[in-house]
Amino acid sequence: MDAIFASLPQYWDGFLRTLFLAAVSGIIALVIGTLLAAMRVSPVAALRGFSMFFVEVARNTPLTIIFFFAAIVLPRLGIKFDQFEVAAIIALSGYTSAFVAEAVRSGVNSVPVGQAEAARSIGLTFTQVLGLIILPQALRTVVPPMINIIIALVKNSSVAGAFFVLELFGYGKQLANEYGDKVLWVLVGVAFFYLLITVPLGILAHFVERKVAIAR
Amino acid sequence: MSSVLYDVPGPKARLYSFFGSVAGTLVILGVLAIAVFTLAQQGIFDANRWEIFYGTEAPDVWNLILQGLGATLAAAAVSAVIAFPLGVALCLLRISLVPWIRVPTQVVLEFLRGMPVVLMMFFVLLVFATSQFVAVVAGLVLYNSAIFAEILRAGIQSLPKGQREAGLAIGLQSFQSRMIIELPQAIRRMLPSLVAQLVVLLKDTSLGFIVGYEELLRKIQIMADFLGPNFLFPAFFMGAAIYILINIAVSRLAIAIERRGSKKAAGGVEHATAAGAVPTAK
Repeated sequence: MDAIFASLPQYWDGFLRTLFLAAVSGIIALVIGTLLAAMRVSPVAALRGFSMFFVEVARNTPLTIIFFFAAIVLPRLGIKFDQFEVAAIIALSGYTSAFVAEAVRSGVNSVPVGQAEAARSIGLTFTQVLGLIILPQALRTVVPPMINIIIALVKNSSVAGAFFVLELFGYGKQLANEYGDKVLWVLVGVAFFYLLITVPLGILAHFVERKVAIAR
Repeated sequence: MSSVLYDVPGPKARLYSFFGSVAGTLVILGVLAIAVFTLAQQGIFDANRWEIFYGTEAPDVWNLILQGLGATLAAAAVSAVIAFPLGVALCLLRISLVPWIRVPTQVVLEFLRGMPVVLMMFFVLLVFATSQFVAVVAGLVLYNSAIFAEILRAGIQSLPKGQREAGLAIGLQSFQSRMIIELPQAIRRMLPSLVAQLVVLLKDTSLGFIVGYEELLRKIQIMADFLGPNFLFPAFFMGAAIYILINIAVSRLAIAIERRGSKKAAGGVEHATAAGAVPTAK
């Protein structure tokens, strides 16, 4: 127990970095993912193909490989970062955006057909149909799965700890080395800070889900 | 559905979209060409760098890759075989009618679902001082059994009430009704989600890299370290290609099962997805 309290500053620093990684990658992934979903339903075949290809590859590549690529292969190919956080954000947002795109697409499919037909019949163009009518409704229904994706993102950010970023898991590894005899408590501390993020988000997802269910 | 979003493009729109596509493709090809050119200048595509896959060292290299692949598949297979029955057990506890069984199980499931898998692997490795293989399998089993339990719970709860009532009415006990009537239907209904979760499990074996388990990625790195930095890119490229091919194959299997299932849906077994059980990015 003492080990936890003695290293609270490290935990706090790691906690903030985990939050930072998740927040920045989450926002980037939401934007790119929505764009990918829009491309997926667009009339232009080339955009559809590109979106499908990207999502298929990103979803089926293990995150560790993407990290390996971003943190180790890219620098050796001449693309250098001052901080490994940048590599982590590239890897996390690229990976997560594929899942966001899939969620948004299923949301678009869940909007009743009549909505799009009505919008088209009053003369709206494709971007207007999507931006004004379909996406606002689709995004509403995908809030619960989106929260689950964010929870997964928070947990996935732990992989960054293995690639030179000192977030919660990175500090956990360091502290486990330092306090070799109190590994149990050190890791329980790390687990506690992760649950501090994921459990409230999970409760929020349950809550929103129930609200949406009632609204329908 | 998607075609509902826009009118059938006329000749003008088709022309625009054609030229736009050509321009976009050219831009992407241009970026790729620059990347390839940069790589080529560093000698990435020199034949001697790829020789490791067909030259004199090739048998050793492929041996190492196959060993890594074997380790990856072994960890995934063992974890899946243990995690599924455990998931069934957790599911039954989770929907138990007795509150002091149901509520603690719910807390445990929330805990397992909220933890990073790699942290659980690391925990088992250090606290119980196990081998890396056991640590990887334990981490995967703990996490995936919780997910399996949630998927199956969603499946059982999506069944019509009459199924359980009929089971109880013909004199089955609660447990018998769960095992004989409800669970088989729930598994069938949730098969797509379950297979999708298997893909996630397979992908997550790569986290073994972080705890030092010698799976595909770790073997690739060992190989690259041994052969020298020149071979990092070819080795990495091959490893990523193998991973992606296997995962896409299993994903296709999941889609095929889904199709087959939805054809049979008329027989009363309909596929349902529960928002909480959709396998997410992990």
